[in-house]
Amino acid sequence: MQRIGVFVCHCGTNIAATVDVKAVAEALGHEPGVVISQDYQYMCSESGQELVKNAIKEQKLTGVVICSCSPRMHENTFRKAAASAGLNPYLVEIANIREQCSWIHKDIATATEKAIILGRTAVAKVHLNTPLNSMESPVVKRALVIGGGIAGIQTALDIAEAGFDVDIVEKQPTIGGKMAQIDKTFPTLDCAACILTPKMVEASQNERITIHSFSEVADVKGFVGNFTVKIKKKARFVDETKCTGCGLCTEKCPMKKVPNEFNMGLDNRSAIYIPFAQAVPKVATIDPNYCMMLKTGKCGVCSKVCSAGAIDYKQQDTFIEQQYGAIVVATGFNPINLDKYDEFAYNQCPDVVTSLELERLMNAAGPNGGTLLRPSDKTHPHTIVFVQCVGSRCDDEKGKPYCSKICCMYTAKHAMLIREKYPDTEVYVFYIDVRTPGKNFDEFYRRAVEQYNVHYIKGMVGKVTPKSDGKIDVQASDLLANEQLHINADMVVLAAAIEPDKTARPLATMLTTQMDTNDFFTEAHPKLRPVESATAGIFLSGACQGPKDIPETVAQASAAAAKAIGLLCKNSITCNPCVAHSDELMCNGCSSCEKVCPYGAITYIDKEFRMPDRTTKVRRVASVNPAVCQGCGACTVACPSGAMDLSGFSNSQIMAEVDAICK
Amino acid sequence: METFTYYPGCTLRTKAKDLDAYARASAEALGIKLVEPADWQCCGGAYTTAKDEIATKLSAVRVLNSAKEAGQPLITVCSACHNVIKQTEFDISRDEEMAAKVNNYLGLNEPYVGGTKVYHYLEMLRDVVGFDKLKEKVVNPFTGRKIAAYYGCLLLRPAKALAMDAPENPTIIEDFIRAIGGTPVIYSQRNECCGGYITLEDKAQAQKRSGAVMDSAKDMGAEMVITACPLCLYNLKKNSGSDLPVHYFTELLAEALGLKEASNE
Repeated sequence: MQRIGVFVCHCGTNIAATVDVKAVAEALGHEPGVVISQDYQYMCSESGQELVKNAIKEQKLTGVVICSCSPRMHENTFRKAAASAGLNPYLVEIANIREQCSWIHKDIATATEKAIILGRTAVAKVHLNTPLNSMESPVVKRALVIGGGIAGIQTALDIAEAGFDVDIVEKQPTIGGKMAQIDKTFPTLDCAACILTPKMVEASQNERITIHSFSEVADVKGFVGNFTVKIKKKARFVDETKCTGCGLCTEKCPMKKVPNEFNMGLDNRSAIYIPFAQAVPKVATIDPNYCMMLKTGKCGVCSKVCSAGAIDYKQQDTFIEQQYGAIVVATGFNPINLDKYDEFAYNQCPDVVTSLELERLMNAAGPNGGTLLRPSDKTHPHTIVFVQCVGSRCDDEKGKPYCSKICCMYTAKHAMLIREKYPDTEVYVFYIDVRTPGKNFDEFYRRAVEQYNVHYIKGMVGKVTPKSDGKIDVQASDLLANEQLHINADMVVLAAAIEPDKTARPLATMLTTQMDTNDFFTEAHPKLRPVESATAGIFLSGACQGPKDIPETVAQASAAAAKAIGLLCKNSITCNPCVAHSDELMCNGCSSCEKVCPYGAITYIDKEFRMPDRTTKVRRVASVNPAVCQGCGACTVACPSGAMDLSGFSNSQIMAEVDAICK
Repeated sequence: METFTYYPGCTLRTKAKDLDAYARASAEALGIKLVEPADWQCCGGAYTTAKDEIATKLSAVRVLNSAKEAGQPLITVCSACHNVIKQTEFDISRDEEMAAKVNNYLGLNEPYVGGTKVYHYLEMLRDVVGFDKLKEKVVNPFTGRKIAAYYGCLLLRPAKALAMDAPENPTIIEDFIRAIGGTPVIYSQRNECCGGYITLEDKAQAQKRSGAVMDSAKDMGAEMVITACPLCLYNLKKNSGSDLPVHYFTELLAEALGLKEASNE
C-alpha cells in the first residue's frame, strides 16, 4: 500500500492570494493513498524542507507530492531533501500551482479548484513512480569554440589557460572576426588591431589551442560531456602546413578584380589571397569562384611562383571527427542588408556607406590608406551626415525590433575622429535617442558634442538623394526645432542594425539549442544563467546571444569559458535517469523510433528469442543507449506497438494523470 | 486576344482624353481587348481611410463586381482611379465588416467579397504583354531620348495594397522607357507628391512641390517627364514654372508603336 505525503506551499502571497491553500491541502488529504497533507508558507525554506523530511521518516512515506512553483525552480531542492530522508528522489512529484495556476488566474474559487485538480494529478502519477538511479557518464576533457572572433578567441584562451585542450572552428580563412575590421574602439580610441592581433597570435601559439580556419561544423552528436562533432575543412587549395605566408602568389596572381570582403568590397583583391597582413593563420586561400586555373584550367601562376610548393589545385573538402566535453557558440553578428532601405539611396550612390564601410575607409589598411575620401570621386568630403537606427527599433518587417546597442557609441566615435582629423568637415548626426549607458560612455558622447562640435539633431532622415553635381541632398526633420532640413552633404553614413550571423540558425538545430525570433541564441535564464544555453554543455559567447560591444563580449566570453572549465574539471557527470527503454517482446523492429530520435540514441540489434514452441528465433529489436538518450519522449509517441516507454514519464503514468484530470 | 474590363475614369473623358485614346489604340495593337462596362461611375478621386465611410467606395465596388461578372481582370490607367479601386479591392477582400456593409447597401445578385484581379495599364504591359514583347513591336523607338519617369504618390503607395513595385526605388516606368527605346533618368523626386489636390486650397504649396519635381528631373538631365496621372500632369505643367515637357506614358507608347497619328484622328 502506498503512503503518500502532500505538501502545499503558499509561496508568500504568490500562491496563497489566489488559491485557498488550506482547502487544497484538505481536499488532497482525501485522495487514495495520501496519509498526510499539509500547507506551509515557504516549502522551499529550510524549515519547509524539514517538514517534508520529517514526514517522510515519521509517516514512512513512499511518495511525495509538492504543490508549489514550476519544477524548473525547485524540483531539485525537494528531490535532494527526499534523498536525505532516505527516499529515492524520483518518488517526488511537483504540481505546479503557481506559474500554471495562481499567477494566471484571478478568481479564487476557480484557481482553488484547478490547484486541487493539479495536485490530484500529481498524486495519481506518484502512485506509479518507481525508484530510479542516476548513472555517471565520463567527461571528455576538450572544448570546441565555434567562431573565431574576439568572443571565440577570448573563450579559447581562457579555457586553454585552465589547462584544457580547445579547438576553434572559424569559417573565414583567418580568425579575428569583425573586430579585425574595426579601426578604433570606443571610448578609449585605441586601435582595434593593436589590441586584437596580440590575442590572435597568442591563440595561434598556445599549444593547447588548435585553430581550424576556413572550416565549418558539419554535424553534432552526443550530449553534455561527450559530444561528437564532425568538422568540415573547406578546400583552400593551399597546403596549410607548407605555405609560409610570403604573399608572393597574391602579388603575381593575374586575377585582381575580386571584391575584397575584408574592406567591405570597397577595393579589390586577387583570386589567391591572404585576408589581411596580421591574418592567423597567415596562409593563402584560393577563391574558386575567381581562380582562372580552377575555372578554366589555364593559368597556374601561383603554383609556379610558390617556392614552398604549397599550391594544390586538386585539394578537396575534408572532414575530421572529434570528441568534446563542452561546446561554446561564438558565431557573432553582421550588419543587416540595406537593400530594402531605398530612401537612403544606399544602392544608388557610392557615397552612401554603412558604418562598417566607414571603418575601412578610415583605416590605414583600408582602400585609401587611412585618408577619408569619397568612394565615388576620391575627393575629401566636407559635409558628412550620419543616420542612426537604420533598421534598428523598427516596427515593420524591413528592420529589427531591437536596439542594436553599439551604434550610438561608434557613431559618436566616427564623428569625433573625423572632426579631430579633418576640422574643416561639418558632421551631422540624426538620432531618435542617444543611448550611452556604460563606463565612460556618456562622457565620450558629450565630448563629441561639446568639444568637437558635432551637430546632433533629434529626428530621422526621410530621404537621401544623389544630385547631378555629385552632392547628396539629405532631407530630414529636426524634431526639437520642428523644422524640415535639407543638408547638402558629400557623404552619408548609415548605422545599420546588426543581426546574428546566418550560420547560427542551422547550427542551433544541430546543437538542439533554442533561439529567439531574431535568431539570437536564448540563454538558460535571462538573469541568472546568461552564458549557458538551455541545452547542457552548450555555452554562449558574444553577440550570438544579443547585441554587444567589445568589453561586454569579452566579459561574456570569459564567463562562458569559466562555465565550460567548470564542466571540463569534472571527471564524470550524473546522467538523467529518465530515459527511454524498449520492451523487446513488443518491439517489431520497424525503425520508427530510430528515425525520430534527435540524439541518435537508438540502434537496432539482432537478438535470439525463445518462442512458445521451443524454437529459437532471431529478431531485430530497438536498443536505447541510456547515456545518449535525453528523455525527450519522441520515440514513445512514435512507436506504433507501444514498446517504447520513458522512465519517470511512463505511458501508464501519463494516462493516470489524464484520468485524474478528467475525473 | 485577351479581354479585360477597362475602367477609364471621368478625367479621361474630359481633361485627359489623350491618356485614354492612346491607351485604347495601343492596347489593340498589342493584342489586348478593352471592354468598357456600360454603367461605371466616378471612383471618388481619393480613397478615404475612415473605417466607417463606405459611400465613397461603392462605385469602385460596382466596377470590381462588373469585372467579376464578366469574368475578366480589370484595367485602370489613371493613377488616382487605380489607387482607389486597388485599395477598395484590398480592403473588401480582408475586412468582413466592410464587405458586409457594402453588400447590404448595394444588394448585388451575389455579394462581392473581392477576387477581381486589378491591373494598372503599366502592370498589364509588364505582366501580360511583357516589356520584351513590347520592345519587339516598337517601330519608332525613342533612341537616345532622356526620359524621366514621374510616379507621383498614388501609383505605388500604400505598398501593401498597391503591390505594384518598390515604393522607394521603383523600376516599372523606367523599364517601360527602356522598352520603347529611351534612356530613363533617375532623379530623387520621382516618387514624391506633386501637390495634388492642394492646388485648389494652397497654390503656393503645389507650386513648390511640382517645381521641386521638375527641377530635380531637369537637374539629372531629363528632356521630358512622363506620368500616368492627370492631376500630376496638371500640376507639373501649370504649377511648376518649368519648361520641361510633360506627357502621358500612353502617348509615348502610341508614338513608339506608330499609332499616334491614327489615334489623334
